[in-house]
Amino acid sequence: MKPKLLIFSFATVLLLGYGFCQAMYIAPTEQTMGDVQRIFYYHLPSAWICFAMFMVNFFASIWYLIRRTAGADALAQSAAEVGVVFCSVVLISGPLWAKPIWGIWWTWDVRLTSTLVLWLIYVSYLILRRYSPDGTVEAAVLAIFGFLDVPLVYMAIRWFRTQHPQPVIGGGKGSGLDHHMWVAVLWNLAAFLSLALLVLWQRYRLAMAEKELEAAHAEKAISMEARPVR
Amino acid sequence: MATLSTPRLTTIARDALAKDLRLEWRSKDAINSMLFFSLLVVVIFSFAFDPTAEESRVIAAGLIWVAFLFAAVVALNQTWARELRNQVLDAYRVSPAPPMALFISKTLGNFLFVAVLECAMAPLFIIFYNLRSIGPAYLLIVIAFLGTWALVVNGTFFAALSLRTRSREVMLPLLLFPISIPAILSMVEATRVILTGDGLDSLASWIRILAIYDVVFTTVCLTLFETVLNAE
Repeated sequence: MKPKLLIFSFATVLLLGYGFCQAMYIAPTEQTMGDVQRIFYYHLPSAWICFAMFMVNFFASIWYLIRRTAGADALAQSAAEVGVVFCSVVLISGPLWAKPIWGIWWTWDVRLTSTLVLWLIYVSYLILRRYSPDGTVEAAVLAIFGFLDVPLVYMAIRWFRTQHPQPVIGGGKGSGLDHHMWVAVLWNLAAFLSLALLVLWQRYRLAMAEKELEAAHAEKAISMEARPVR
Repeated sequence: MATLSTPRLTTIARDALAKDLRLEWRSKDAINSMLFFSLLVVVIFSFAFDPTAEESRVIAAGLIWVAFLFAAVVALNQTWARELRNQVLDAYRVSPAPPMALFISKTLGNFLFVAVLECAMAPLFIIFYNLRSIGPAYLLIVIAFLGTWALVVNGTFFAALSLRTRSREVMLPLLLFPISIPAILSMVEATRVILTGDGLDSLASWIRILAIYDVVFTTVCLTLFETVLNAE
């Protein structure tokens, strides 16, 4: 293993471990919800990272359409895959919290439905990539459609009454977190961000290696064809 | 001697549209399959619940649009198939004709097919599902226009987008439906409001969202179509 990767992986494991301690033992127990609230320390960082990854996918796709560099395409694909994984974490950890607190697993409220639609859009992007490995331009175009769709999805679904807790961070009066909870959120955000970047980096390297291999195969096929038959 | 100048966008779009309409008029492939398909949907839905019951009016709007959506996919899938035979698309790529003209003609053609389908099916829905509108019925025309355009403009684009994929007929709905969710939600809700007369004050917002959706995605489709046509 390369030293850079080793250091990065080690740091990520440390951060994840410390973040776990913060979330499970150090952060105070929430008054009304009890320990169930601790899911929040995984739910929120995953949501932020998933949005960040889809943004990376959007800008990398635009960059690919302008410059047609293989790196931009590989980055777009990797970011979409990592984003879908974190989006799935959000969609799974949400109902686990909702069942004891709301009494139901799922409700068709604005944030839940938007996140689900977001997940659907990017899964369709991954399906397109799967079905058409050479269709890099098509995938980049679809990524632009998907990202532009997000505000419209949110706008359309906002007309259903919202049941999701109002944003505790940057919300109105009466919102806000205890100091210790903040610390736990930030540590877990750092840990998850580190994990996401680690996976993104490795996925990117894999995608680039695949492209190189494909190019080498193509070159070999051409050179064999060009060789005169005796 | 013919002059060699770049052909105008409107001329090409008009000629390509006329060709598609003539072919459809003679074969009636798209319209027949769409009509029969949505008729089947009407009948099959009637087994799932009692469509004439008063409480069914709330879901009728959803049913109508689901039937049109699925039927539209049948037509959208055939959009480019004809142009693939004999390398028509390749010829188009190397010609000086503006790519946008081809997209506009295909979109208008699909819009007309789906509009004819809706006009033919609307009376059947009214009869079979015992529908009457409590809200302003004339707005249904506006909703149908905006909603159909939203489906058709993205559908035509995604049909072109999935041309080079494996099993492209399956691909189109997989790409089209997630992106169309805001439009589908808006047209279903707007239609439901008119049919039930419930929450008439939200009607304007639904139509506005639908209009914004149309403007955004028509612009993006027109901008990116050349990229998709020349993607190799």
